[in-house]
Amino acid sequence: MKVSYYPGCSLHGTAKEYDQSVRSVSHALGIELEEIEDWSCCGATSAHSTNFKLSIALPVRNLIAAEKKAQDVMIPCAACFNRFKTAEHHLGQDPELKAEVEEIVGGRYQGSVAIRNPIDIIVRDIGLEALAAKVVKRLAGLKPVSYYGCLLLRPPDVCRFDDAENPVLLDRILAVLGAEVRPWSFKTDCCGGSLTISKTEIVVRMVDKLMEMAREAGANCLVTACPVCMANLDMRSSGDAGLPVFYFTELAALAMGQEGPEGWFRLHRTDPRPLLKGLQLL
Amino acid sequence: MKTFLEEVNEKINGVPIQRCYHCRKCTAGCPMAVAMEHNPNRVVKMIQMEKREEVLASGTIWLCVSCETCITRCPNEVDIARMMDVLRQMAIETGVGAKEKNILKFHEAFLANIRMGGRINEPTMMVHYKLKSGDLFSDMAMGIDMFRKGKLSLVSPRTKDMKSVRRIFEKTRQS
Repeated sequence: MKVSYYPGCSLHGTAKEYDQSVRSVSHALGIELEEIEDWSCCGATSAHSTNFKLSIALPVRNLIAAEKKAQDVMIPCAACFNRFKTAEHHLGQDPELKAEVEEIVGGRYQGSVAIRNPIDIIVRDIGLEALAAKVVKRLAGLKPVSYYGCLLLRPPDVCRFDDAENPVLLDRILAVLGAEVRPWSFKTDCCGGSLTISKTEIVVRMVDKLMEMAREAGANCLVTACPVCMANLDMRSSGDAGLPVFYFTELAALAMGQEGPEGWFRLHRTDPRPLLKGLQLL
Repeated sequence: MKTFLEEVNEKINGVPIQRCYHCRKCTAGCPMAVAMEHNPNRVVKMIQMEKREEVLASGTIWLCVSCETCITRCPNEVDIARMMDVLRQMAIETGVGAKEKNILKFHEAFLANIRMGGRINEPTMMVHYKLKSGDLFSDMAMGIDMFRKGKLSLVSPRTKDMKSVRRIFEKTRQS
């Protein structure tokens, strides 16, 4: 299948290993990515916190560009995904706002392309059986808890691809890769998001709690699909409290025997390589 | 003149907040309630009690991290997260400003960075924030580590058609 691809700003910077692993996994699964031409930032938390119309217009500029091709839009970053879905939701409900935003952006928005997360695409379009068929190295001994965070799933009316309180799709992907997924109750708790820069002390407390609960659940790592969650979990735990954190696509690429994972793991602050070497997965 | 409640509801443009029956699920699930001077449910009450200045001048409205747990769990579909966005925007528009100054300064640095290049360049955005906030030295070691690993670059690709990005900022500028 062919999809339009919106990497977003983080995936060209601090989350480059997410971008590279999404590309690698997509290639291996036969998903062809076509980057949206000349895309711009979605505005993230900063736009919607301070200026509602700006927060809608910024994603719509990219959606209009995506609509030149009649194919789904894949957005790996949970924060970008959420802003795109929110814009789609508001414009679908409010024709007056739609007209105003079209005037702001200077283009017509049709609402013709579906905005999708790679988790959703892999489970629903590729299928877990097809994924399983590509696994050459089962992730035996890896005991992840899946951490969805906030923006992939909430609000449920807007995001609509997995249960908002007890999501399961990421767990299923990890199980197919051969990991021994641990159940826990903190899948959708918040990591502190963008307050990590301006209110660091609050975020450290939140991350420490998540790490403690992950350990209590018997996990030896956490798995996420969000650059903000990754940054906070990987860098904000105090002392040596942190477990390694992975993007789910890094683990998928590793299990499928793709090239690249070791280089991506080197970019993490909490080095996951000792864990993987101990399990003979690297 | 409109009441505070009327004004907030008008801007939310959805379920009126007086539909809240004060079950406090929003507050029970709020990850930031512990750090807030007024919890989310209390903010709803304060709006109904016309406490405009107290609400807009509070740190609470800036500490809301938009995790959307409140709206997900509200039995009456009162969009507390959207309400917090509305309150922040009212605080900016009416000149009250932000009690949590650095949170607003971060948002301003972030948006200025988009306006400049269409996409966020993380290092230049962070330098801008640090100069605005005066918080110069925190996370320095982490930043250097990321530069060394090649995660940060001063020359990340930018949007080419900047006219279309600037147009959006011009047309959504708040008076």
